[in-house]
Amino acid sequence: MSAPAKIVLSDVHKSFGKKVVLDGIDLSIQKGESVVVIGGSGTGKSVMLKSVLGILRPERGSIKVDGEEVIGMRSKDRDRMMLKFGMLFQGSALFDSLRVWENVAFGLVQGRGMNRVQAKDIAIEKLAAVGLAESAGELFPAELSGGMQKRVALARAIATSPEIIFFDEPTTGLDPIMADVINDLIVKCTKELGATTLSITHDMASARKIADRIAMLYKGRLIWVGNAKDIDHSGNEFVDQFIHGRADGPIKMELRA
Amino acid sequence: MEFLATIGRVFLAFLSHVGRLSAFAGTAISHLVRPPFYPRLMLRAMVEIGYYSLPVVGLTAVFTGMVLALQSYSGFSRFAAEGAVATVVVLSVTRELAPVLAGLMVAGRIGASMAAEIGTMRVTEQIDALTTLSTNPFKYLVAPRLLAGLLMVPCLVLVADIIGVFGGYIVGVYKLGFNPSSYLARTWEYLEPLDVISGLTKAAVFGFVISLMGCYNGYYSRGGAQGVGAATTNSVVSAAIMILIFNYVITALYFGK
Repeated sequence: MSAPAKIVLSDVHKSFGKKVVLDGIDLSIQKGESVVVIGGSGTGKSVMLKSVLGILRPERGSIKVDGEEVIGMRSKDRDRMMLKFGMLFQGSALFDSLRVWENVAFGLVQGRGMNRVQAKDIAIEKLAAVGLAESAGELFPAELSGGMQKRVALARAIATSPEIIFFDEPTTGLDPIMADVINDLIVKCTKELGATTLSITHDMASARKIADRIAMLYKGRLIWVGNAKDIDHSGNEFVDQFIHGRADGPIKMELRA
Repeated sequence: MEFLATIGRVFLAFLSHVGRLSAFAGTAISHLVRPPFYPRLMLRAMVEIGYYSLPVVGLTAVFTGMVLALQSYSGFSRFAAEGAVATVVVLSVTRELAPVLAGLMVAGRIGASMAAEIGTMRVTEQIDALTTLSTNPFKYLVAPRLLAGLLMVPCLVLVADIIGVFGGYIVGVYKLGFNPSSYLARTWEYLEPLDVISGLTKAAVFGFVISLMGCYNGYYSRGGAQGVGAATTNSVVSAAIMILIFNYVITALYFGK
């Protein structure tokens, strides 16, 4: 008998007004597995992540983490559930008013009640794990480049040694070399932690590097789910068009909202 | 028919705002009394509201007191009631002018800054990041600011009372030629504790309203820089209107008989 899945989404629906964003998502992620969801801009990838985190509430369906229903969870239970999670945001989402080390230590100090001295030591250790010197910890986020901000955001995501890590467009806005550095760091850090990860991206190089399985989201549905190594011969014309970045094919760009 | 539909839409939108604001205020108040508390953040908000607003509130108060002395002297001399200048200054300042003008100045300075800060955090996903770090945004961002507004605006108004009366004294003694001791005696003669208490009650309500509108508009801001700009404007305008409305309500409660 196989182990129960870490995260299970069943028939998840989410709309904004008349616009249907998620139209019946079914996805199951095993413990320690790395799943990457690909898809064009505006297809609902971020909405799916935020629904699992409870930041957005789907109208229908079920989302379970370790067998516990997330939709409609009380705020106190959600705070407890969030202790399992780490998240790297698309724009890094670092707190401008706090120094870099305070950003990294935030989850330890505020979420777990650790004292600041101990949390600072861990923050510096995590900064070193993503290739940043101790001196960078004393800077403010605005003093860092985009690539360094992503590294700090990654250090913050792994600081609490979470069981589950979400990556929202981890390489967006970075040059190809820095993007590859971030991908390598993601693989290294998640392997060390043994974490279950769910990433969303439209960067195929990133998806190939970090994924065990890839799922493609199109018009609110997962139209293909398979092993990362099978992506080049998926037999799905939508997936083929997307991974080769062709303008011609079944996916038509909607020029009007 | 189109005209009636427009009125209906505007009215429904208004009710929706009132409902959302009431729910926001209720949630925020419930987090004021439930741990965890953030004393460092509250202290920072108290310094920002109380200490850094002192110059602008002090300047407003001193010139208001001075103008009031000049205007009432010029008006009252028409019916030989110049002796009432000191009494008019102290009653007007403590009951009305110090709380209302200080409230409006703080709304412009603090309400706008809160809306801009929280709004920027919203559009850069920093509020979502708080949630993923097991930190409730209401407890961390809203509750300390509400409490700081509630406590510090009365302190500011107390200072404004003293400075405003002092402004009237300067003009009364050095420009209008009143005897200093008789001016002070007339100031105290008709002043009752209720005059000051009613002003401080207004200040506490105004402080709460300013913080509430700043946090509410920032928390629900959308759409990047333009959304944050709109949130800032809405916060100042709505706080100013609510200050004027609550000013009448509290005056009617204290002195309506």
